Amino acid sequence: MLSISPTYMLYYVPLIIAIALVFGATRHENTQLVLQHAWQTGRWITGFMAVIFVVFLFLSWMT
Amino acid sequence: MASEENNTIAVDGEIVDLRNRPLAALLAWLIPGAGHFYQGRQTKAFIFLVCILSTWILGFALGGSHVVYSSWEPGDKRWHFYLQGGAGLVALPAYLQGRRMNQETDLGETNSDYEPLWGGLMAPPFRPVMESEADEVAAWYAEHGAGYEMGTWYTVIAGLLNILVIYDAYGGPLAVPISGRKRDPEEEPQETEEPAAS
Repeated sequence: MLSISPTYMLYYVPLIIAIALVFGATRHENTQLVLQHAWQTGRWITGFMAVIFVVFLFLSWMT
Repeated sequence: MASEENNTIAVDGEIVDLRNRPLAALLAWLIPGAGHFYQGRQTKAFIFLVCILSTWILGFALGGSHVVYSSWEPGDKRWHFYLQGGAGLVALPAYLQGRRMNQETDLGETNSDYEPLWGGLMAPPFRPVMESEADEVAAWYAEHGAGYEMGTWYTVIAGLLNILVIYDAYGGPLAVPISGRKRDPEEEPQETEEPAAS
């Protein structure tokens, strides 16, 4: 089903943490709001990638 | 940003003095978080320093320290370097090595007696580099596999993130898009029935 090793997914973890925190911190000064924004950004990007993953999975199942 | 007076802005109910904004932006580019540290925004400075530098260094290590180099030769136009350079001083050795390599290259071929500085840290590959040929870049790819590709993207993303940080040091936090704001029910005006006219 997956042509790559699932361990490659680990590349995603440090990247999403860094991106979410920098996105949050460049939009707020209050630390609590920074963390809230980072959490929302991380959730949004993860959800978006999950949708793309499901679409590709469906396409590969169709072919 | 509720108000702006000279270099002082109000964000999230906090007053922030941006001090000398061009200097803060320059510092933010040279070392991620340094501009914010100069402005007294220590928490954000720490977040930027750790997040951006660790992403950059992790990518650099994943690619076997060959993912960051400066080259604009036929067959090896390393455009990624312009984005990796967004992280500032950490990419400076690549710039110096690239300049030195250009001086040591004649008619697209590196002089045979050329020795890169610092054991080849961030040095461009020996020239010529040709696509689909067994040159030095092909050897790096073969040695590090997906790590070379991921390392390149990690360092590129770290450089791009620092551009946001430079903006934040210069002008304060970016505005949260209106469409992204959630309604706070406490802020909404209460609808009350008007008393009947007597």
